[in-house]
Amino acid sequence: MTSLLILIPVALFLGLLGLAAFLWTLRSGQFDDLEGAAERILFDDDEDQPDQVNFESEKDT
Amino acid sequence: MTCCPASSTVKSAIDTKVDAKGHGGPESGLAQWVHQIDDQHQSIDLLVPTIHCGGCIKRIESGYSKLEGITKARVNLSTKRLSLEWQPDKISAGQVIDVVSNLGFDARPFDKSQSGEKDSDKIGKELLRALAVAGFAAANVMLLSVSVWAGAQGMTRELFQWLSALIALPAVIYAGRPFFRSAINALSHVRLNMDVPISLAVILASAMSLYETFNHGAETYFDAAITLLFFLLAGRYLDHMMREKARSAVSQLLSLNSTGATVIVEDGEHRFVSVSDLVPGMIIHVAAGERVPVDGQVVSGVSDVDRSLVTGESLPEKLQAGMKLEAGVMNLTGALELRVTAVGNNTFLGEVIKLMETAEQGKARYMRIADRAAQIYAPVVHVLAALTFVGWLWWTGGDWHASTFAAIAVLIITCPCALGLAVPAVQIVASGILFRRGVLVKDGAALERMSNIDTVVFDKTGTLTSGELMMESTATIDDESAALAMALSASSLHPLSKALHKTLKSRGSRPAKIDKLTETPGFGVEADWQGKTVKLGEISWCGGQALQHQADTNSIVALSVDNTVSAIFPFKDSLRTGAKQTVSQLISQGINVVILSGDREPAVADIADKLAVKGFQWGMTPHGKVKFIENQIAAGKKVLMVGDGMNDAPSLAAATASMAPSTASDIGRTAADMVFTRPDLYAVIYALDIAQHSTNHVLQNFALAIAYNLVAVPLAITGFASPLFAAIAMSSSSIIVTSNALRLHWMVKPPKTPEETSGQMELSKQCEVN
Repeated sequence: MTSLLILIPVALFLGLLGLAAFLWTLRSGQFDDLEGAAERILFDDDEDQPDQVNFESEKDT
Repeated sequence: MTCCPASSTVKSAIDTKVDAKGHGGPESGLAQWVHQIDDQHQSIDLLVPTIHCGGCIKRIESGYSKLEGITKARVNLSTKRLSLEWQPDKISAGQVIDVVSNLGFDARPFDKSQSGEKDSDKIGKELLRALAVAGFAAANVMLLSVSVWAGAQGMTRELFQWLSALIALPAVIYAGRPFFRSAINALSHVRLNMDVPISLAVILASAMSLYETFNHGAETYFDAAITLLFFLLAGRYLDHMMREKARSAVSQLLSLNSTGATVIVEDGEHRFVSVSDLVPGMIIHVAAGERVPVDGQVVSGVSDVDRSLVTGESLPEKLQAGMKLEAGVMNLTGALELRVTAVGNNTFLGEVIKLMETAEQGKARYMRIADRAAQIYAPVVHVLAALTFVGWLWWTGGDWHASTFAAIAVLIITCPCALGLAVPAVQIVASGILFRRGVLVKDGAALERMSNIDTVVFDKTGTLTSGELMMESTATIDDESAALAMALSASSLHPLSKALHKTLKSRGSRPAKIDKLTETPGFGVEADWQGKTVKLGEISWCGGQALQHQADTNSIVALSVDNTVSAIFPFKDSLRTGAKQTVSQLISQGINVVILSGDREPAVADIADKLAVKGFQWGMTPHGKVKFIENQIAAGKKVLMVGDGMNDAPSLAAATASMAPSTASDIGRTAADMVFTRPDLYAVIYALDIAQHSTNHVLQNFALAIAYNLVAVPLAITGFASPLFAAIAMSSSSIIVTSNALRLHWMVKPPKTPEETSGQMELSKQCEVN
């Protein structure tokens, strides 16, 4: 019984965390372009370094 | 990844745009699309229809990342949009937009608020949020409920019930809103829809369970209430997503039409304004290769025009000053100046829209299968629940508590969980299959209406034919004429000239050496060759006699050397790929095939003859086409209309179901239930076949849902439906119905045509054409 008092709140908290994360992704537009996301994962580049990227990628596109 | 187009078509489109900009600058026209975010930032949304792969995303985004002043450049591949943000003090709007053009993409400004996009996006997001909340609550409440069913007693059980209440009640209130709203709306119009029993069941079950929890009762239905919402929201969201996907695809196609025109103001200056700002009397400039944006009369300029999208005439027409042009006509060879004669409702387009609206009223009377089911189902459910309540009161001698409980159990058990999923699950699978084969389904109702078609009406130009002109035979041409014709035809934009060049190229001819090439719009091209004058164009202009009997079905290009005709090239509108097979398959299935065309008799008779179609009519006006279809429908026929032109739009709206190719006029695509992006006509066969299968599956699903009710309802009425039973019965019926929908993938036979390629490829081909 005492274990329940800890475990249930923990379970609920984790569940709520997941829900909150989902709602955040929804609000920040991460579901707006599912096809684009599927393509972007194939890009080799790191978006923090755009200059290197352009040079590399221009050759093979 | 090398599929990104920098093709000549895209380039030429940009060239004409740049030309328009060069006169007056784009800034004045752009201002209405630019949004001011704050003092230092502006933004714009561009539609870039040629984006179709990861390589395009990268090229555009990296193209912008090099520029100073750009704060955001993000491509959305699903909607083919580019959203840009920049600092106006460092870079101007015109410069920002030129970047994407210079990269080889054709871009146009796009206003989100105009297409009603935001609203439907909001609905989708709301459903998704509600679905997430319901999913979270259902999982947790179910976890707690399982412990109770497993035998939790005393304090533990009560704690779990309170926790369930704590999670379920807010979730029900939040996630149930879409249903409650629709139920209230229905009741306020004194109607019953499926949402009324759903809302009633969910609210009563929650309230009753709360009461039980207060009074230390054993049985609560929190889990049933929230899982019910979860399943129903899943169905609702699927339905919405399907419609949204097709809608955004169609609205993309829509926004390809001209949103602006180049106006010549009094001092001769050119200025780019949006179509809505045009008024009759204005003089506008239409460059070669552009569509006429409004109805107008030719003031000056010589050119040929292509009316195929407007009236269905397959051959280009020579233009003279004083002639009237309808909006949507393609200007082919020379620049024109037009006086705007009508705007808004008074235009040819306005009349077509009026006809279309009248025709659509007939269609509004169609009720979807799900709604028809709801019309029977909802009253039955309410009556059953009420009877159960009264019956229990009488049987138990006035036990309110037990009676209410039994009545709620009936409401929950009968709740159309499976029914709510039965239709959308099947239709989303079906439209997914069709999408991969290059057919966009605008909404599920179209699939239902398409399922028992017995008459198919085709438009000729642009539907049965590809709209591309083809030479009849190349065997009789000698090499010298071929070489000359090829050299002369290389530069002109006229469709006959382009078709001639293509044919000769595929024959393996090499162009001759010519110089001083000049084009006379409306007549042809001439040049010098070995000291002689060579001409390619209209036969009388080349010095020959017009051959009237041939000019009926054919369009003729003549080649002359020093005013003596040396070769004649006859052209015909070519049949669309698969037209013959499609029509013969339809006829073999016992479907009545009819051709209605606005073109002249010989051209229509020729095509009908080739396709072995007996029923055809020529010279049809938009009104005549609608009348024909309405008569057929009045005679009890189910008519599928396949057409592309503006003149077909009213009949597309009037028919039981309708399809249009993606090359159709904007209004044609709007009016059609389905739009096919594949270049051949097999789309019609696929759509009919899959619609038939999907309707069968929908009916099977209804049968399954009814069978489930036949078992479960007696148990609920007699009071044997425990919360555990309700949970199992509901989930299992939903899963069965969904699996049955997925079975559609195996039921639909793979296409038999050899040239079948994936829908994605068709789409990318389309991109290049655009």
